[in-house]
Amino acid sequence: MGASDFSKLPHIGESLRRKEDYRFLTGAGNYTDDITMEAQSYAIFVRSPHAHANIKSIDISAAEKMPGVVKIFIGKDLEGKMGGLPCGWLINNPDGSPMKEPPHPVLALGKARHVGDQVAMVIADSLEQAKNAAEAVEVDYDVLPAVVDVRDAAKGAQLHDAAPNNHCFKWALGDKGQVDAAFAAAAHVTKLDLINNRLVPNAMEPRVAIGNYSRATEEYVLYVSNQNPHVERLLMTAFVLGLPEHKVRVIAPDVGGGFGSKIYLYAEDVALTWAAKQVNRSIKWTCERSESFLTDAHGRDHVSHAEMAMDKDGKFLAMRVHTDANLGAYLSTFSTAVPTILYATLLAGQYTCPQIYVEVDTWFTNTAPVDAYRGAGRPEATYLLERLVSRCGWELGLAQDEIRKRNFINSWPYQTPVALQYDIGDYRACMDKAQILGDTAGYAARKAASASKGLLRGIGYSSYIEACGIAPSNIAGALGARAGLFECGEIRVHPTGSVTVFTGSHSHGQGHETTFAQVVAARLGIAVDAVDVVHGDTGRVPFGMGTYGSRSISVGGAAIMKALDKIETKAKKIAAHLMESSDADVEFANGEFTIKGTDKKVSFGQVALTAYVPHNYPLDKLEPGLNETAFYDPTNFTFPAGTYICEVEVDPATGVTRVDKFTAVDDFGTIINPMIVEGQVHGGLVQGIGQALMENCVYDRETGQLLTGSFMDYTMPRADDFPEFKIGNVCTPCTHNPLGTKGCGEAGAIGSPPAVINAVLDALHGLGVKDFDMPATSHRVWEAIQAAKA
Amino acid sequence: MQVHLTVNGKDTTVDVPPHTLLVQVLREQLKLTGTHVGCDTAQCGACTVMKDGRSIKSCNVLAAQVHGSAITTIEGIAAADGTMHPMQAAFKDCHGLQCGFCTPGMVISAIDLCTNYPKASESEVRAQLEGNLCRCTGYQNIVKAVQQGAAAMAAA
Repeated sequence: MGASDFSKLPHIGESLRRKEDYRFLTGAGNYTDDITMEAQSYAIFVRSPHAHANIKSIDISAAEKMPGVVKIFIGKDLEGKMGGLPCGWLINNPDGSPMKEPPHPVLALGKARHVGDQVAMVIADSLEQAKNAAEAVEVDYDVLPAVVDVRDAAKGAQLHDAAPNNHCFKWALGDKGQVDAAFAAAAHVTKLDLINNRLVPNAMEPRVAIGNYSRATEEYVLYVSNQNPHVERLLMTAFVLGLPEHKVRVIAPDVGGGFGSKIYLYAEDVALTWAAKQVNRSIKWTCERSESFLTDAHGRDHVSHAEMAMDKDGKFLAMRVHTDANLGAYLSTFSTAVPTILYATLLAGQYTCPQIYVEVDTWFTNTAPVDAYRGAGRPEATYLLERLVSRCGWELGLAQDEIRKRNFINSWPYQTPVALQYDIGDYRACMDKAQILGDTAGYAARKAASASKGLLRGIGYSSYIEACGIAPSNIAGALGARAGLFECGEIRVHPTGSVTVFTGSHSHGQGHETTFAQVVAARLGIAVDAVDVVHGDTGRVPFGMGTYGSRSISVGGAAIMKALDKIETKAKKIAAHLMESSDADVEFANGEFTIKGTDKKVSFGQVALTAYVPHNYPLDKLEPGLNETAFYDPTNFTFPAGTYICEVEVDPATGVTRVDKFTAVDDFGTIINPMIVEGQVHGGLVQGIGQALMENCVYDRETGQLLTGSFMDYTMPRADDFPEFKIGNVCTPCTHNPLGTKGCGEAGAIGSPPAVINAVLDALHGLGVKDFDMPATSHRVWEAIQAAKA
Repeated sequence: MQVHLTVNGKDTTVDVPPHTLLVQVLREQLKLTGTHVGCDTAQCGACTVMKDGRSIKSCNVLAAQVHGSAITTIEGIAAADGTMHPMQAAFKDCHGLQCGFCTPGMVISAIDLCTNYPKASESEVRAQLEGNLCRCTGYQNIVKAVQQGAAAMAAA
C-alpha cells in the first residue's frame, strides 16, 4: 500500500488516547528498578574521584571482609576475559587513515580518565552492604593534569597512548578549492564563532540494569533501561563478551525516557552480565542521579567557526565551517557519527548554497563520553547555520524572514553539496504558516508594550531541517557504520482475528503501543483494541535496531507495513479460496475481502480463523497460519523541516530573559496520531529552549571536576519557565516510505535553540551586543550587556 | 524499629532500621513500586506521595518521621474497581504523560494542588508544579491536565 492510500485509512490522523497510559497512571508500570529477582545481590561501582590519574594500586582486602560482600572485581580480573567497549562507527581521516580507537576497558586498567570512571565493582547481599564495602576499597591514585576543553586538548596532558595530542580524527566534506574560490569572488562574507554548550540528557529514570545467569540453561538475561535491546545484545555478545547470541536475552521493559542516553552499551551492563555467571547470582545496579551526571553520555560540546559568502542581494554562494568536537574520555557507541555524518551533512539546511566545505577535528578530554542526545549533530548544525543566517541578514540589512526566503530551496528532489538528497518539502509554506500563527504582524505592538514595562523584546527565527531514519544500511556501511540500519516487524494474527505486533522499535515515552496499533488496525480494518504491540525483549521480538534518530515510525512502522503487505497477500489467497475466486479478483478494504462486481465477501476474522483451522483450505498450495515478518531498510533518510519563531523579553537591568511567545510549524509528512506528535514537539522544544536559556554542563577547566553534578547545580527546565507553545503543521508526505511519515521526536530540540538566541540578540541589538553563546542565563545576559556598555 | 503507617487505607507495620527513608519502605518493603526515585537531592518530585492529605517527597523523609500517618501512593488513587481518579483520567485525556516515570509524582502533586487551589490559573499551575520535573512532555499538556482534572474534581 502506498503513502497516499494509507493516509486516507480510518484511525490515521486520529488523536486516540494512549493504550499504555493506564499502567503508568496507576503505578503499574514495570521499570527495571521495579523488578526484584530471587536472591538478588546488589552492585556498586567504585569510581574515580579524579579526572585524570594513574591507578598505582587497588587494595580490596578490607572491603572483601565486610559483611555481606559477595565479590569485588577490579580491571585486572576482567583482563583477557572480555574485549573493551566498541565504537559503532569508524571514521577515517582525509588521508584514509582510520580514527584513533584507544581501548575502552569495562573497568579501568592502570588509569582513570574522567571523574566517575569505573575502577571496581562491589557485589553484596544488600545495597547498603555494597555501598559500605565500596567505601572500604582503597585506591592509590597518582593524579595527573586534566584537560576538559576542546580548545586545550591538543596541548593538554595525553589521555591515551594511542591518541597523540588527544586527537581522534579529522574529517572533511566538500570541495575546499571551489569554496575558497567562491569566497574570493563574494560581495559579502559573514563570519561567526560559536559554542554549542555541553548538555546532560537527564532522562527522569536513571540507568538501571540487572544481570542474571542460569546454570541450568546457560542463558544470560539482562534487564536494562535501554532504547535498543538487540543492539545492546549484538555489541555485548559479538564485540565484548564473545557469547553466542541465542544464550543472551536483553529485556528493556518500561523505560523512563532516553533521549539518546540509553542507546549505548555501557560498561556497567557488560560487567553485570559477565559477573552474574561468576557469582551465580542476579545482580542489580541502580544508578543514582549524581552518578548519572558523571557517567551517562553527554551531548553537544562543539566549538565552531563558520563563514558565509553571499552576493550583493544576500544569495548564499558558499559556506565554510570548522568545528572542534569534544568526544570525552572514551569513544561511546555512536560518538564518532555525531559530529560528522549527523552534523556536517545537515549544514545546507533549507537553503540553496552551491558550495559547502566542512572540517571537523575531534578530541579526547577528561570528561564523560559525548554521544547522541536528542537531535545528535543536527541541533549543532542547525544552531550554527541559523545563527549564521540571521547574522547574514543583520549585516545586509535584511529582515530575518527575508534572508531565509531569498535562499529557500523551492524544488525537490534537491541534491545538497553535503551528500544528502532531500526528497520533498515546502519550506516557504512552513515559514508563512509560522508567521501567521505567531502573529508576526502584531510584533511591533508587542515590542512597544514590552518597552513600556522597561523590557527589551526580541524576535528570532530558525528554519531547521533534520535527517531522520539514518539509512540505507549499505551506504551507512560505506561511511563507517558497523551495524545495519533497518528495522524488523512481525505481525502475528491470532485465530480469532486479534493481532500481536512485535517491533524492533522501542518505546520509552513515544507511545508506540498506540501509534503502531493504529497503523495495524487501519490496515486490517479491525479495532485498535484488537492490536497489542510488543517491544523491548530480544526473547520475543525477532530482531531490531531500536529507537533513536526519530526513526521509529518511518523505519519501524514501514517494517510493520511490509509485514502487513505479506499478511494481506496471503489473506487474499485464503479469501479467494473461501469465495471460490481467483486471488487477483480479491479486494480488501475495511476489514472485508470482496470480489469486485459480486456480493461475495468474507471478513478478516473469518480468514484468520480459516488460517488456523484449515479444514476448507488450499493446503496443497498454501501453508496454514497467518504470521509474517518483514525487514525494512530505507532507501533514504526522511527530512522533516519547519520554521520556529521565538519572542523573548529581556530585563536590561537584571539580564532576566524569558521566552514570551514561541511558535513552531513543522512538516512531519503524514501524521498518524496528532496528539502524540504534538507532545513530542512540546518535549523537544523544552529541551531545546532549555539548552538556550538555562542548561549547561560545566567542568572545572583546571581540575576536570564536574561543577554541575546534580539538579541543584544543573538547571533543568521546569513548568514555570515556559509560555504556552503555538504548534502548527504543513504536510508534504515522505516520498519513499509506505506511510509518508518523516519522524517528529527531535525536531523541537533541533529547531528551537537558534530561534531563542536570535531573539535574544535581536533584543540586545540596540545595546550593542553582537554575539552571545548559550545559555542565556540572567547572569550571562547581564554580563553581555555590561561588556557592550564598556 | 517498628513504624506504623496507614498506606492506601491499609494499616501497616514495618520493622526497619531507623535511617530508612519512606520511599524505601514503600518500594522495597511494601512493593509499591509506582513511587519512583529520580534524583538524590529532593529536586525531581518523582517520589511524591500524600501524607495526611498533603504531598511530600518520600525520598526526603525518614519512615520514622511519618510514624502514625496516613500515606497515599499512586496505587491508592484510583477507585477500588480500577476506575481512574478524575486527575488520572485528565492526564490520559490531555496526553499529560509520555514515559510515565515522573507521572505518579505529578498526579499526586496535581491532586494536592487542586485541593488547595481549585481554580488555579495556567500560571499558578505552572508555579505550583515547580517541584516536579518532567523531561518528556514539555509540561504544556500536564498544565492542561491539571486544569481539566481540577474541574472534574470540583464537579465530582
